[in-house]
Amino acid sequence: MIRFIIRRVLSSIPVLLGVILIVFTLVRVLPGDPCVAALGEKATEASCAAFNERFGLNEPLPIQLGIYIGDLASFDLGDSIRYSRPVSEILVERLPTTVELTIYALLFAIIVGVTLGIISAYRRNSIVDVGTMMLANLGVSIPVFVLGLILAYVFAIVLKETPFVLPPSGRLSAGFRFETIPQAWGMMDLQGPLRVVLDFLSRMYTVNGLITGQFGLLADAARHLILPALALGTIPMAIIARMTRSSLLEVLGQDYVRTANAKGLRPRLVLFRHGMRNALLPVVTVIGLSVGGLLSGAVLTETIFGLTGMGLTVFESITARDYIVIQGTAIVIAVIYVMVNLIVDVSYGFLDPRVRLS
Amino acid sequence: MSEAVAVDSTGTPLPSVGQARSRAGSKQATLRRVLRQRSAIVGLTILLFLLATAVLAEVIAPHPPNLAMIGIEDGVRARSAPCIHLLGCPESQPQHLLGTDGNVRDQFSRLVFGARISLLIGFVTVGGAIFVGVVIGSIAGYLGGRVDNVLMRIMDMFLAFPALVLAIVIVSVLGRSLVNAMIAVSIVAIPIYARVMRSSVLSVREQDYVVAARALGDSPLSILVRRVMPNAITPLIVQGTLGIGSAVLEVAALSFLGIAAAQPLAEWGLMIGAERNQLFTAPWLVLAPGVALSLTVLGFNLLGDGLRDAFDPRLGR
Repeated sequence: MIRFIIRRVLSSIPVLLGVILIVFTLVRVLPGDPCVAALGEKATEASCAAFNERFGLNEPLPIQLGIYIGDLASFDLGDSIRYSRPVSEILVERLPTTVELTIYALLFAIIVGVTLGIISAYRRNSIVDVGTMMLANLGVSIPVFVLGLILAYVFAIVLKETPFVLPPSGRLSAGFRFETIPQAWGMMDLQGPLRVVLDFLSRMYTVNGLITGQFGLLADAARHLILPALALGTIPMAIIARMTRSSLLEVLGQDYVRTANAKGLRPRLVLFRHGMRNALLPVVTVIGLSVGGLLSGAVLTETIFGLTGMGLTVFESITARDYIVIQGTAIVIAVIYVMVNLIVDVSYGFLDPRVRLS
Repeated sequence: MSEAVAVDSTGTPLPSVGQARSRAGSKQATLRRVLRQRSAIVGLTILLFLLATAVLAEVIAPHPPNLAMIGIEDGVRARSAPCIHLLGCPESQPQHLLGTDGNVRDQFSRLVFGARISLLIGFVTVGGAIFVGVVIGSIAGYLGGRVDNVLMRIMDMFLAFPALVLAIVIVSVLGRSLVNAMIAVSIVAIPIYARVMRSSVLSVREQDYVVAARALGDSPLSILVRRVMPNAITPLIVQGTLGIGSAVLEVAALSFLGIAAAQPLAEWGLMIGAERNQLFTAPWLVLAPGVALSLTVLGFNLLGDGLRDAFDPRLGR
């Protein structure tokens, strides 16, 4: 098992290098002047020369690549043109928002999707099955930004006078005060990596509220997260539901399931021990793949709900032509995606011994 | 990375070439099998409806899509609510089936013309991706060895990005315009088709009839077109149909973010993006293009699913 994990980790290194290479190549080789992209159409030659000088765009390409990889190795993603701050600093502040949003969306997608898929497969061709699959088809087809806007309208306007009203934007109610984890635990003197981790967790407000016992914070943050997580999680939920259903149906048609039924095992036992366990592998694959969709969707979801995460950063940077931020954010998002795929691959090893040995 | 199995947008494995090749009987039998899929019928109906709308846009739409109605109609206002005379809207108000947008243009007319633009975006984008993907996949599969390895690893690297994020990077480099956005979405989609094509080439490369054709001195191009393509066409069509749905969606998302279509083009994503801050006062301006967009994607998804099921004997229902 350990050898399998090591092999998987090693094999993702070239992919990571490739990701860097692609972003680097795109920015420098595609027709389209980064200077014009950053400074606008009216950039003069003199200001472009200064720009190229400042960002090292005069050097030969291989040297630029070397410098770039060296910078990345020390977590230097360059400086934002708009904020004149290191991109890595901006991202460390904003990543927790995206991670929190993505996790809740994924949890919603997995829990609801797998449940619906199991029910559908178990009651195949029933009203429940047909209804669920129609819903899943709709769910796959509705764009994140349309669903997000519809949810915002329904829960913030239509249900305004009811207890179901939910905030359509922001992460916390205006003026909400809370303590970070180091503050709550009286560890303000703490420095180093542990402090970074605690600060990171502090910015995931629901986590902060939970572990420091600030339940007001937890409740307020959760209320703000419901709509974005629903909007973002619906497409993967529908995909997971369909995959669970078809995978489970295939397994339930196998001989050993018939045998298990024939020897009189309780249906529920057959469904979960013989059915679900073997149907899980394709479902896990789809869950891994849908993380890519979630990260793409986060750009749109955060833009709609005004959540200052990676996605909103990308959107703002587009508007501000801050291509260094776009570049850095894209690399970080791709690295996260590669890591998730790595985890998915490793989990195959746990789920299916054959994968380990091959 | 996960195994190199071609999957559609829902992660369902596509029919492999071998399965597609085992199709029995004539073209009519194939057509019959497709039409037996309920989802294919529904999808096809939706798409035909959209196609008719797109073709007949001038006939259906009461006004030109980009015409501001100020000075043309009496009492017209920006973002006026839908007004249909048949349903009791007073005759004193000008009739607008879906109201007017922020620039006092007829929303319904813009929606109708949007069908034309969206379908065009979908077909052109995916067509380009399939063409490049087929070329890359053929070269990789035919030459094999190191060329294959290098090409496919490059494709893997592209797949390591979430699609929309990579598209955003490409547009931000190329400059914002609808054409650049379509190029970006196209580039992002290439690896999928390259993989499908490559596996088709690999599966027939050592078949007797290909070896025979090679022995007869047929050129690689002619073998590719006459022996390999017929085997690859089915998975490419299935993947392409599903791909058009996501391409329409991604270009619309880029328009929504403001880096693809530009005013005054009647593009659905742009229409949603332009009015999204008016969501609470004029929700219909967001809802109508939103529904149209979802319907288009639904049509392509259903048709794609239906085609896949029709060609995949494993999924006999």
